[in-house]
Amino acid sequence: MAAPAIEVHGLRRVFRVRQGFFAPPREVVAVDDVSFSIPAGSVLGVVGESGCGKSTLARLILGLLPPSAGDVLVDGKRLADLDRRARARLIQPVFQDPFASLNPRRRVRDIVAMPLAAQGDVPGPEAARRVGEMLERVGLSAEQGERFPAQLSGGQRQRVAIARALVLRPRIVVCDEPTSALDVSVQAQILNLLAELRRELGLTYLFISHNLAVVEHVASEVAVMYLGRIVERNQSEALFRAPGHPYTRALLASVLTPEPGLGVPDVGLGDVMPDPANIPPGCRFHPRCPQAFGRCPQEAPRAWPTPGGGFAECHLLEEPAPAGTADAEAPQRQLAR
Amino acid sequence: MTAPLLDVRGLKVQFGGHTAAVRGASLSLRKGETHCLVGESGCGKSVTALAVMGLLARGARRQAEVLSFAGQDLRNLSEGRMSRLRGDRMAMIFQEPMTSLNPAYTVGSQMTEVLRRHRGTPRAQAVDRAAELLGRVGITAPGMRLGQFPHQLSGGLRQRVMIAMALMCEPELLVADEPTTALDVTVQAQILRLLAALQRELGLGILLITHDLGIVARIADRVSVMYAGEVVESAPTAQLFAAPRHPYTRGLLSCVPVPGKVRRDEPLGSIPGVVPRLPPGFQGCAFRDRCPHAAPACAGPVPRQPAGPEHEFLCTLPPDWVRRAEAA
Repeated sequence: MAAPAIEVHGLRRVFRVRQGFFAPPREVVAVDDVSFSIPAGSVLGVVGESGCGKSTLARLILGLLPPSAGDVLVDGKRLADLDRRARARLIQPVFQDPFASLNPRRRVRDIVAMPLAAQGDVPGPEAARRVGEMLERVGLSAEQGERFPAQLSGGQRQRVAIARALVLRPRIVVCDEPTSALDVSVQAQILNLLAELRRELGLTYLFISHNLAVVEHVASEVAVMYLGRIVERNQSEALFRAPGHPYTRALLASVLTPEPGLGVPDVGLGDVMPDPANIPPGCRFHPRCPQAFGRCPQEAPRAWPTPGGGFAECHLLEEPAPAGTADAEAPQRQLAR
Repeated sequence: MTAPLLDVRGLKVQFGGHTAAVRGASLSLRKGETHCLVGESGCGKSVTALAVMGLLARGARRQAEVLSFAGQDLRNLSEGRMSRLRGDRMAMIFQEPMTSLNPAYTVGSQMTEVLRRHRGTPRAQAVDRAAELLGRVGITAPGMRLGQFPHQLSGGLRQRVMIAMALMCEPELLVADEPTTALDVTVQAQILRLLAALQRELGLGILLITHDLGIVARIADRVSVMYAGEVVESAPTAQLFAAPRHPYTRGLLSCVPVPGKVRRDEPLGSIPGVVPRLPPGFQGCAFRDRCPHAAPACAGPVPRQPAGPEHEFLCTLPPDWVRRAEAA
């Protein structure tokens, strides 16, 4: 197993929101005690519905938001101790909407050169050479480098965003829904490009998406988020073969593969929607869980090991231990791996 | 064989003199059938839907050889008669329910307006009908929801309200333009199941516009694949997925990641290039610049060829080209 490129320990972020002028502010826990590590050169996929905290997690890891608690370590260094330039050399983002994330008034080559300029120590000719090299690598011509973002298609704009992220040769790229705004044929081009670049440049990805089929294709390990917590994590194969958490099962059931004759599956989640400002007591998934029982609204489940070396936070996984001999430490040991 | 509920032949839509958004599209929909119109952004699928509903922006030019709904010619219908049809016998739902619901009115007043306007139903009766339909689309406590404003509902609930509103007058045709694209996958499955159940119960004809081949496979009886303003292939769903003929359809299918099908280290299939914008009067196959099988003949007239029962494709390759290519 390669050494971890990034480690996240007990990350938590709380927002204070006012829901009315005179109402006292309430606390919304967007990310709650999230820990994981990604071995160098591999891909961790993060999936979940809107509002589950996956984009907040991305912003915390990028250092765009300070965490309320917890640490992010890149190559063993605490991100919080690094200045912006050092951070930018280690970790870079690719966002969903290439319309919103590229300055419309700058030429493509200037957009890609920006991270180099911000470093302040890369001489002009050297920067121009690296920009040209990176544009070529992501499949853009020198002529396209002279254009403005509005003159490019969505897929080409996403290539610009990727070139900008990679021009500093970071260790880690945080991809937040990088293909959600693209058509399927373009999505395939971009996913293939990201895979190729990862192999060639030895990159590590945190890949956030709501599309499980895409995550299955790119990620070696998958974390499932629900209302701010990672409720299940496992190797990709194991998670897709034998999901341990009822929520993961529902998510997998809702993937509509292009196979005619199967109809639309019954996901069985009911119509209670998750609300991050109102996290249910006990297991946070219990109001929607088709298998919820007496204990679920009362007691938050611990992380229980699942086959394949992962874990899931669900009471159903607890083995009926003989009275008095329950090994309370077992799941924690598993977690610490 | 019954007459189609919706029959469109040779539909053309132009915006100004520069862009031909739809260039001779044909499709037909029988009562109680779901017909999916699938394609990538800019292929003209939404414009086709708007053209059918008579909702094109001013300045758009619509032409068609045939455009009929339940035996009625829609081509020269006055705006007044068209708007009496819309919302009554044919209804439409859109991708983003927040932008198609009026934020300043309650759900109840928007829902009852449809019935009061088209049928002159008294208010109390219209409210009863609205509450009944909200229950029917799976909304609990419909009485409370009727008094709420759109912003107080979640995305999934809003789309259910839109569907219930579209059903107020018991339409025969429902045109749904990307109805689940803005929703989470779990909610998407619920909404699609609801549409399928309503269709069975009410014998509704559904024209569903989508870019998602997964949705097409699971819900459509019949599929039309659109590319650059034309229907390039049309077939019953099982047939289209089992034996696609048009190189574009085949490319599109290979692009979709399917869990357990493509290995992680192998690239997905992809189609090089982008969807072109074509000027009016463009000749030949619009896909030829991106097609791996393009030949000089593709710049000439492209035949519409039969490839099986109710299966047609628009290409210069012979109908058995796939078999020949695989044998070679």
